[in-house]
Amino acid sequence: MADGAPLLEARGLTVVLGGVRALDGLDLALAPGLRTIVLGANGAGKSVLLRTLHGLVAPTAGEIRWHGNGRRARQAMVFQRPVMLRRSALANVEYALAVAGVPRPVRESRARDALGRVGLSAVAGRSARVLSGGEQQRLALARAWALEPEILFLDEPTASLDPGAAAEVERVVAAIAAAGTRIVMTTHNLGQARRLADEIVFLHAGRATEQTAADRFFEHPLSPEAEQYLKGELPWK
Amino acid sequence: MFEILSSFEIALGLITHADAELWGIVWLSIELSVVAAVIGGAMGLPLGAIVGIARFPGRRALIVVLNAMLGLPSVVVGLVFYLLLSRAGPLGEWGLLFTPKAIVIAQAALVVPIVAALTRQVIEDAWAEYAEQMRSLGVGTARAVRTLLWDTRFTLFTVGLAGFGRAASEVGAVMVVGGNIDGVTRVMTTAIALETSKGDLPLALGLGVILIGIVLAVNAAAYGIREWSARRHG
Repeated sequence: MADGAPLLEARGLTVVLGGVRALDGLDLALAPGLRTIVLGANGAGKSVLLRTLHGLVAPTAGEIRWHGNGRRARQAMVFQRPVMLRRSALANVEYALAVAGVPRPVRESRARDALGRVGLSAVAGRSARVLSGGEQQRLALARAWALEPEILFLDEPTASLDPGAAAEVERVVAAIAAAGTRIVMTTHNLGQARRLADEIVFLHAGRATEQTAADRFFEHPLSPEAEQYLKGELPWK
Repeated sequence: MFEILSSFEIALGLITHADAELWGIVWLSIELSVVAAVIGGAMGLPLGAIVGIARFPGRRALIVVLNAMLGLPSVVVGLVFYLLLSRAGPLGEWGLLFTPKAIVIAQAALVVPIVAALTRQVIEDAWAEYAEQMRSLGVGTARAVRTLLWDTRFTLFTVGLAGFGRAASEVGAVMVVGGNIDGVTRVMTTAIALETSKGDLPLALGLGVILIGIVLAVNAAAYGIREWSARRHG
């Protein structure tokens, strides 16, 4: 990485989907090592931002620079609804490792290690699709973690989970961050944002209207939209 | 009415007493249909999978053609292969006309569209669910095709059974290219047609009962596999 360069920098990022400007000239810089929570009302562009940064959506305009030198970071993404292959939990993690080019002899040990770290060793041999929603989401995290990403994108990973399962996912996300992976996550759960965030990026109408330390954001949001959002008064746009 | 009941009684006797002629026809039919289903599946599965995932110019037209071929008149397929395989035809020197191999070729040609069209739908539905995750992991098209074929294997096995059913119940093309030669190319469907026209109802009825039994067994197997797969793998 170039000295002082952010891990990721987006400039003028614009994405038009079906005639709608999902992102509208968004600027963003992500320094290494932090946990960033992206907040914003429905339709603000949170999911599109993560997908664009991850490379799943091509920007209509603007640019994304990695490391200040163009080398894309090793990255992974976990979605709101995890997609599991019809095979065992262990095989799902091994599959991701195989795609990443990890040699066969070390795949199983790395996959078992990842499952152990998310508390799923006991269900390694069970079919992934019959696991509970919370277990599937932790399996998705294990699959992502096993890839040893520099940055992990999480799109509302606890949106469809009960409080207990959501707490388990939060614990795993914190552990992944503690192990050195940059976290960028969207959520509508403000309590979760307070617990997990080092910094907050607030989106409104496809623009990042605020990027600030989490404590400061929740105490003194700078933008009127963020203040309205925290009060639950920001209308959907 | 009495004649029908009497014929049915004789037909059951042919089945239960292992009538050599009847069971010879049955085994030949099953053998040829299995081979045709395997060949048709080997061609139709990858074709359907690629059309289900890949995006290329002419894809929609190809889908329309595949779907249209589901309703392909089998006797026309028989005519085309008759022309290709007849002595004066481009493949005449192979000497395949009126042989079991000609039947397999015609049956496989009818199985390919049904397997390809059903596979495309299965794979396309699976791809709609998997695509984002696969792209996130960096899965290429070839690996994605292999993965989806494996993950939908139980559904695709039932597609293969549908292909077998298509081959086993085929009569028009088989009659044209096989010639319905006794002991050589006479299969259940062509035998039923012939024996009915001759008025030999017991043999026709016996073969009909077995053919219906095969179709029922195939569908029961397909249903059972789907149920087991849903319980086992979700």
